[in-house]
Amino acid sequence: MTPYSTRQKTRQIYSWVGRPLLDRQLHYQTYKEISMKTRSCPTEIRIQVGQFVLIEGDDDEKPYVAKLIELFEDDSKLHFKKRARVQWFVRFSEVPLSKQHLLGRKPHKQEIFWYDYPACNNNISAETIIGPVEIVALAADEMFPVDLKHEKTLFVKLSWNEKNFKPLSLELLAELKKLQRVNSICQKPLEAKTMTQESPSLTTAEHVVKRIESSHSSSKSRQTPTHPVTPNARKRLELNDCPRTPNTRISQQTSCVALGSPGRTKRKAVFLESTSPYKKSQLDGVKASSPVLKVPGKTGEVPYFCAEDDKKSSSECQMTLRTRVPTLKIMETEESSLSPVRRNKRSSVVPSVILKPGKIEKREAKEPEAGSEATITSHRIHRKSALLTLSRIRQHLWLLEDKKGDQEEEEFMPKAEVSDLSSEEEDTSTPSLPRRNPQRQSRILQPSLSPSMQTPSKTPKKPVKPRTPRHATPQIRSRNLAAQEPASVLEEARLRLHVSAVPESLPCREQEFQDIYNFVESKLLDRTGGCMYISGVPGTGKTATVHEVIRCLKQAAQTDDVPSFQYVEVNGMKLTEPHQVYVQILQKLTGQKVTANHAAELLAKRFCTRGSSRETTVLLVDELDLLWTHKQDVLYNLFDWPTHKEARLVVLTIANTMDLPERILMNRVSSRLGLTRMSFQPYTHNQLKQILVSRLKHIKAFEDDAMQLVARKVAALSGDARRCLDICRRATEICELDHQKNDSPGLVTVAHLMKAVDEMFSSSFITAIKNASVLEQGFLRAILAEFRQSGLEEATFQQIYTQHVALCRMEGLPYPTMSETMAVCSRLGSCRLLLVESSRNDLLLRVRLNVSQDDVLYALKEE
Amino acid sequence: MSNRKSKNNNLIHAECLLQVQRTLRERFCHQSPHGNLFGIQVQYKHLIELLKRTAIYGESNSVLIIGPRGSGKTLLINHALKELMEIEVSENVLQVHLNGLLQINDKIALKEITRQLNLENVVGDKVFGSFAENLSFLLDALRKVPIVEDLISFDYGNCFNFLWTFGDRISSCPVIFVLDEFDLFVHHKNQTLLYNLFDISQSAQTPVAVIGLTCRLDILELLEKRVKSRFSHRQIHLMNSFGFPQYIKIFKEQLSLPAEFPDKLFAEKWNENVQRLSEDRSVQEVLQKQFNVSKNLRSLHMLLMLALHRITASHPFMTSADLMEANQLCSMDSKANIVHGLSVLEICLIIAMKHLNDIYEEEPFNFQMVYNGF
Repeated sequence: MTPYSTRQKTRQIYSWVGRPLLDRQLHYQTYKEISMKTRSCPTEIRIQVGQFVLIEGDDDEKPYVAKLIELFEDDSKLHFKKRARVQWFVRFSEVPLSKQHLLGRKPHKQEIFWYDYPACNNNISAETIIGPVEIVALAADEMFPVDLKHEKTLFVKLSWNEKNFKPLSLELLAELKKLQRVNSICQKPLEAKTMTQESPSLTTAEHVVKRIESSHSSSKSRQTPTHPVTPNARKRLELNDCPRTPNTRISQQTSCVALGSPGRTKRKAVFLESTSPYKKSQLDGVKASSPVLKVPGKTGEVPYFCAEDDKKSSSECQMTLRTRVPTLKIMETEESSLSPVRRNKRSSVVPSVILKPGKIEKREAKEPEAGSEATITSHRIHRKSALLTLSRIRQHLWLLEDKKGDQEEEEFMPKAEVSDLSSEEEDTSTPSLPRRNPQRQSRILQPSLSPSMQTPSKTPKKPVKPRTPRHATPQIRSRNLAAQEPASVLEEARLRLHVSAVPESLPCREQEFQDIYNFVESKLLDRTGGCMYISGVPGTGKTATVHEVIRCLKQAAQTDDVPSFQYVEVNGMKLTEPHQVYVQILQKLTGQKVTANHAAELLAKRFCTRGSSRETTVLLVDELDLLWTHKQDVLYNLFDWPTHKEARLVVLTIANTMDLPERILMNRVSSRLGLTRMSFQPYTHNQLKQILVSRLKHIKAFEDDAMQLVARKVAALSGDARRCLDICRRATEICELDHQKNDSPGLVTVAHLMKAVDEMFSSSFITAIKNASVLEQGFLRAILAEFRQSGLEEATFQQIYTQHVALCRMEGLPYPTMSETMAVCSRLGSCRLLLVESSRNDLLLRVRLNVSQDDVLYALKEE
Repeated sequence: MSNRKSKNNNLIHAECLLQVQRTLRERFCHQSPHGNLFGIQVQYKHLIELLKRTAIYGESNSVLIIGPRGSGKTLLINHALKELMEIEVSENVLQVHLNGLLQINDKIALKEITRQLNLENVVGDKVFGSFAENLSFLLDALRKVPIVEDLISFDYGNCFNFLWTFGDRISSCPVIFVLDEFDLFVHHKNQTLLYNLFDISQSAQTPVAVIGLTCRLDILELLEKRVKSRFSHRQIHLMNSFGFPQYIKIFKEQLSLPAEFPDKLFAEKWNENVQRLSEDRSVQEVLQKQFNVSKNLRSLHMLLMLALHRITASHPFMTSADLMEANQLCSMDSKANIVHGLSVLEICLIIAMKHLNDIYEEEPFNFQMVYNGF
């Protein structure tokens, strides 16, 4: 890209064109046009409101891109009175590294994104405008033009709201296209035009909110005493709350410090702002996802969110809102139809608003049933309703394809062979239908709120192509869809009993969940850090509970009940070496990939130095004991960082042993870990049964006694929930096999479960001995005789051989040769029925039994 | 007269015998998955159902196949994989074969996994017709990038990460991991590889089936408790649990020629002979002896192989004498054989040693003492 001329290179003079239009607010005068003149060159560039402009940024090669919304003169400022309000676009390189993959494709070289993120400051100095630029808006399915007329033409196709990429809404697209045309003729647009365009439709409502917000932030910044700050620094400041690499962060800090004392107050103001509008922006994010899911009858909640937004901002910036009175009126009426609970909230002060939904959320987490009350509108319900709509869409689709579907099922069920054609059809017509598994479902939806979702009813038929393994992707999904249809109760049960099928709530761990939740939440709210140590034997739900807590907190963060946070998870078992933990943490935080030592330095710098406002980091360290090193420096660091005031790091550690800190940790390490301990007890049989019941809520696949039996068995052995589920899964298979024979659907009975338990837990030694050959059995007998004779538990091969020969003589059997006996001995040794010295194969080889003598006797007697 | 007749026979049979030897040798030496499974139908059904569920429904599983050496573990899994590939899912499944004797640590094992998976992926560098496929190709290719990087600059520190990134796809191909000599993987540091594989199989990642083959009966005790908890505890035991009558049946089946043998007439004759052999008293004795020593089929194959070598044009059909001789060869005592071949001087030395051994009762002695005794 060619470098653009910036102020550093050529000094430009900016002047208003045309007469000022007095704004209704009387605060400032707006203009329609600005002209730029270079001193050296007499040519004049005129820029009108509504045009796309380039704005000076920190990178000369890639200046910021924006749409000019308003030009006005601000007298409250000392310098740079000429102000402009813009709608930003972002380049792909400006998208945080960690989010870039969300695009899911390679960005076009000249692609930019509509920045749908109201928290960003859009009030800039007009003198940072470099010049006009041409932007072409494209619909989501349009291709990028191949022959570029102009190298500098930029293309906008998607919008970016710091969370995900979405196609431009239709209205926006139309508007942009119109502007494009208008721009090319250089006509006058548009403030007025966009105003008149406001309709009760969804996107424009969004627009209004954005506008209000922008004016809100700008008015706020105007109120604060300001210092001449170059707007580009400002923009960066505003970007504070979006994740960036530490390098830029540091530069931000320095720039902040350089501002001096007035700048400091300003910074504060920015902080204030960055907390409040950020919330709103998150709400926006929620809302933004809703149009995708919209179906008739469900749109009601969308305006509701807008209303809420408005309300929040309205208390703070009534003045600026006055201009948009008519639209607000609509909002108000809608708002009045809301429940009284909301009104309460509205009257209360802001902090309490933050706290209150948190409580509601918690209560709800406890009893999800209560969530159906319409008055409480937490994100969870929102999500639920979204799921509901999805399921409704699915139903529709099933209805549409009813006949076809049936046919397919019939084809599918008998032999699980899907004819290629039908699976392909289903595949394309329901490309991202949710699976039954809730986790998977969300994963399908999240990464790509794909365009296909918007047009679910279209069923494009595509020719069947030969597939390569890589393209098995859609194929499998379609298979799963077909398999999902409960072909049998047992299949359905098995699906739910798989350990990976994470249930909506974790039964029997409510107390632990609450404790961890409270701990993390309090740290988040206090903006401090801390450590927690969680212990428990494997399979007691430690990791699952923490994941659940994080999931709930993330939801809470989306509804602004707690401050947002960053979540990083590392697992000691997935590391090859303890120091690699630094690398992983850093990579997950910033996307950098450096060596272990460097990563440790960077992390220490990040957590220990007095940083700018940063969101809290929640770090989950699974399998902590594997991070033990001789010097224990890794553990020391992990526990030391949270103690720093500015670190804002919450460390949750998980390990198996309860007294790990006392046993293997040095004093200075364990003291830093603190005393926030929690131990997960093994499940009791009642709890295990409850888990099974909750998983098989609506399926009648198990006899009650059977469930009781397996719960008791497992509780007596280990209390490992995984074991319990595995046994049940195996039992369903055995049951299925049984019923294949006599063709009668039935429940899993105690007998089936006993069989499964036996299969899993019975020692195989005895069966192995029973099935051994005659010579092998004779050898074992000789060993026993030798042991009894010598009174020792160990014998040499020679002794046993003589014993063996004697035994054979007694029984009149032909006695075996030495070589044969040696072969027998090594065979038994390889099964570990015997313990033999490895790397020795001679007469003095020492032999021991690996089974108890009684077991051997028992097994041999059976013959 | 008889001489001429045998010559005639030679002409007829020379070709056939070559064929016979080729077919049977192939059967005995390679564990060809064509043969029948003996006495492990139940286990086979369990395994194939499991694999099918992974391949078709994307259900993750882990299983251990345990049995003494020569009990047909590899045969079982090969059979199952072959059948799996024959049904329509063949393109839908990726296989990774690891062997504990070859992949002696996790680093090598991971390298091998990448290699085997990438090998499969090289195929798809073309543009495909439909949009859906194109898109998935694109997305896939994008996601594949880290893997390729990992392969080029194979960074051991992060290779487990890679294992998880590759596992991170919802709708990706099921992968079947076959870990031969599973017990050796247990000795890897921290059992990291096993932990990761089992953990993937217990989470909603890429559907995987982890199949371990081992001959150690106490394998579960070797697993670390976290790894053990993640293992599904499915075990398939192969125990050679057949009796002697079935052993004879196996013998018959192993020796008889298939129906598609080119010379039908000869095949018929041969099979008749085999049938007669199996009813022969002395043959049954030989087999009983073999059965008593060891039940595994490999030793039977060995016996039959030795007998097969004795078949020539002049001696076209196997006799009981052949089998007896083969059995003698099999059960020969190697040390006694060596003693047979010693020179007089050597044997004298050995005798001297024997005497010393009797006198000193296992105590060590030196050459001087042996020489004096000599």
